[in-house]
Amino acid sequence: MDEKKVELLKDGKRISGRAFDELREVKIKLGVLDEADGSSYIEWGNNKVIVGVYGPKEVIPRHMENPSKAILKCNYSMVTFCSKEEHGKMGPNRRSVELSKVIREALEGIVETNLFPRTQIEIYMVVLEADAGTRIASFLGAVAALLDAGIPIKDIAVGIAAGKVGGKVVVDLDKDEDNFGEADFPVALTRTGDILLLQMDGKLTKEEVEEALGLIFEKSEVLLSKLREAVEEKYSKEVVKELKFSNKIIK
Amino acid sequence: MEDVHKKIRKSYVEFLLEKNERMDGRDFFEFREISLEYGMIGTAEGSAIAKIGKTTVIAGVKFEISEPFPSDPEKGILITNAEFLPLASESFDLGPPTEKSIEFSRVIDRGIRHGEIIPLEKFLLDDGKALALFLDLYVLDYGGNLIDTGSLAAMAALLNTKLPKVEDSVILRDEYQGPLELRDIVVTTTFAKIKDRLILDPSLEEEDAADCFLTIGTSSNYMVSAQKTGSGTFKKEEVLELVDKAFEKRKDLLKYLNNIRD
Repeated sequence: MDEKKVELLKDGKRISGRAFDELREVKIKLGVLDEADGSSYIEWGNNKVIVGVYGPKEVIPRHMENPSKAILKCNYSMVTFCSKEEHGKMGPNRRSVELSKVIREALEGIVETNLFPRTQIEIYMVVLEADAGTRIASFLGAVAALLDAGIPIKDIAVGIAAGKVGGKVVVDLDKDEDNFGEADFPVALTRTGDILLLQMDGKLTKEEVEEALGLIFEKSEVLLSKLREAVEEKYSKEVVKELKFSNKIIK
Repeated sequence: MEDVHKKIRKSYVEFLLEKNERMDGRDFFEFREISLEYGMIGTAEGSAIAKIGKTTVIAGVKFEISEPFPSDPEKGILITNAEFLPLASESFDLGPPTEKSIEFSRVIDRGIRHGEIIPLEKFLLDDGKALALFLDLYVLDYGGNLIDTGSLAAMAALLNTKLPKVEDSVILRDEYQGPLELRDIVVTTTFAKIKDRLILDPSLEEEDAADCFLTIGTSSNYMVSAQKTGSGTFKKEEVLELVDKAFEKRKDLLKYLNNIRD
């Protein structure tokens, strides 16, 4: 245990040099794919995730239709060369099946599925490079891509992970901290503080859980404003384009 | 038609909760009747069958010789698998693992693994090989709250496990070193949220009516795992309340586990 502490904390700081409550740099871009109805690209530290959304569209197979709301189909996957270690395997694995499920259930908490009965909305999240925190980066990308597709959601939401490293509660663990740290605690939440996704592994006392949730709520503000900026950037461009066009006609 | 039944049941469950009642008369934070047996499978190194209400899960432990995972060369191996047998519910089918059965086994595995209760570093053998512990769970009867029933069966099976003797990286199937060393006991407690009411150990009817669930795994001093399922949402205060409740209700499950090693 002591060796790990030396490894992950140096002079009271994290080895990455970040403060305990400091996020890695996050970049969000909407509308990066041509064919998909909505798309996004996320860079979160070294994580790179691309997300495409299709729908609402006809449900296949038909018997899965819900007469009162749209169904969401989520797929989280990793490319085979996305991790530092060994060459990954193609296709779904147990981890990706579980993450697809928890992300889908989180999105079901915000997507206005009742507006589109008997349809499906497909959300494909592909991790191109992984450096811990891919599920919350994928969740963020999914929300951004849904906004890009113009699919109504009740509230914008972001994901953020806290954890414990060298006995200290920190936010946004990188790969080393995730591998050698004492806890990983990813959460997704809306602006109004509704928790959509919550998972945890490791060892946290009740007090540490409280501290971690406090950090997560505090730092989610940063991500929420980044998401808002990304949406504004996309739509202001389109509005400007539209305006120029209509100006011509009016003139 | 099934949907209509579900809707009626859902509104009945909600109607009762409004009056601070549950269908089976329980308090909000009370488990259904629990029963636990262990050591009944002679061929397994450890076994147990747990029942919470009508939900029944059997767990078995077997050892094999394996190579350590390249990502974790200093440790032996723990593999947790689950099968939802079609005899347990009309909603279970034969076939490859479903997302629910995968989540079930992964959440149970997570608590045991991150609670660090099994000394996997002692599973290394001399010639670079290692012992692999297979913890397999089969759902026999599904009446709600699978995870708590499954983790209770899993923990009981581990407590019942005898570590086999190993010679030249061969397991001697009828000779044992003694009971498997365990550093702590991990259990899970699952709560459902139904229209802003929080209840422990949801029955099948209550699961159908619930917006979402929170499963919390605890060791003596730590929360070791957590998983939110379902599409509803929790507030921060609710999560913190449930963490407290998890440590409190853990004792109800420990009653059944504490005497296995006596």
